[in-house]
Amino acid sequence: MIQVTNLKKSYGSLQVLKGIDVHIHEKEVVVVIGPSGSGKSTFLRCLNMLEDFDEGDIVVDGFYLKDPKTDLNKVREEVGMVFQRFNLFPHMTVLDNITLAPMKVRKWSKEKATEKAMQLLAKVGLQDKAHVYPDSLSGGQAQRVAIARALAMEPKVMLFDEPTSALDPEMVGEVLAVMKQLAKEGMTMVVVTHEMGFAREVGDRVLFMDGGVIVEEGTPQQIFDAPQHERTKSFLSKVL
Amino acid sequence: MMDFRFNIIVEYAPFFLKGVLWTIGLSLIGILFGTILGLAIGLGKMVQNRLVRLPFDWYVHFFRGTPLFVQILLIHFGIMPMFTAQPNPLVSGAISLSLNAAAYIAEIFRAGIQSIDRGQMEAARSLGMTHVQAMRYIILPQAIKRMIPPLGNEFIVLIKDSSLAAIIAAPELMYWGRAMQGQYYRVWEPYLTVALIYLVLTLSLSKLLHRLERRYDA
Repeated sequence: MIQVTNLKKSYGSLQVLKGIDVHIHEKEVVVVIGPSGSGKSTFLRCLNMLEDFDEGDIVVDGFYLKDPKTDLNKVREEVGMVFQRFNLFPHMTVLDNITLAPMKVRKWSKEKATEKAMQLLAKVGLQDKAHVYPDSLSGGQAQRVAIARALAMEPKVMLFDEPTSALDPEMVGEVLAVMKQLAKEGMTMVVVTHEMGFAREVGDRVLFMDGGVIVEEGTPQQIFDAPQHERTKSFLSKVL
Repeated sequence: MMDFRFNIIVEYAPFFLKGVLWTIGLSLIGILFGTILGLAIGLGKMVQNRLVRLPFDWYVHFFRGTPLFVQILLIHFGIMPMFTAQPNPLVSGAISLSLNAAAYIAEIFRAGIQSIDRGQMEAARSLGMTHVQAMRYIILPQAIKRMIPPLGNEFIVLIKDSSLAAIIAAPELMYWGRAMQGQYYRVWEPYLTVALIYLVLTLSLSKLLHRLERRYDA
């Protein structure tokens, strides 16, 4: 589904990604962990080209992102993204937030988009919030709407960029529950998170990043129970 | 001041009426073309490429950094004669006001757009929207709301600044005030009348804008 080869990126003289190689399979849930500044968010944002990269290749669903002939908008239609700070559109109701892209990008009718949106709102437990504006939602509710908004495009892959980091602790659970459900349904997911419990329980594979490289990867059991590298051990000893 | 002569104001009323219509006309033209041009220049100023951006930057530097008074004289006596032997002062005035307002409006436009959180554009693009779609449905609706107060300010300034066109004998409100003063050697009657009419114009506009602001807030 996603093939990343020798991905490198620098901000000026600071190299934040120093050659990432990873293959993400269909229906796989890959969780990326690591200290802040390790490049994991930048890596994730390269996957839908919100962040351009300097070297290497990323192939998403058959599209070479660096190929000038690739229509990035087409790629992004298939790659949903959930942000740390939700980024809901504050001037639109929850329902309009969800239906906008399916109507304008996928050219669905209003009826079809609304029906889909209401289904998704039911799925994330927020049917009653369809007609309110985002500023009246709690953080957990806003993030669930943001997930519904991304799912409305019926993407093949979902990217999560620290989706629970801006939430009050008591709201983390409701968002993780939605993500867990999504994983169970077979969605291909790449999740950057600090939630080790989620990584262990839901992840098919865990990537530990530090200093712009993938230091270690493996099943959650391998990474959490028998880490091989010193840096992995030291990181885990601080967060677990 | 003791012997305020209302009768000469009444006598000049038809001229003031004609003048105020031109003042409104100049202001509306300035608002319309200033806004259109301002949008274009504001967009030009947001281009990544520095070389492309340069002329737009300097446009704003020039029109914000020199007095409108000087610009009017340059345009009427310098630029316009290159195109026509008998420059029409109303046309020169309208062009000067539009070009000048465009510089300020460009900045208002740019600041409004750049005040919108970057995450909004990212969210829109991540959903597959094109840059134009993201601008149209996500960024501009939010930015315009923030642009209304400073734009209103600019429009009020524009109404008042149109009085500078009197210096090239454009027959707007201020021109007739000066004409009346010249004819009767009176100060208070013409200039108080003129001031009052400008005040009515600017207050009406600010009331209108206030209403617009509230409607956008709802």
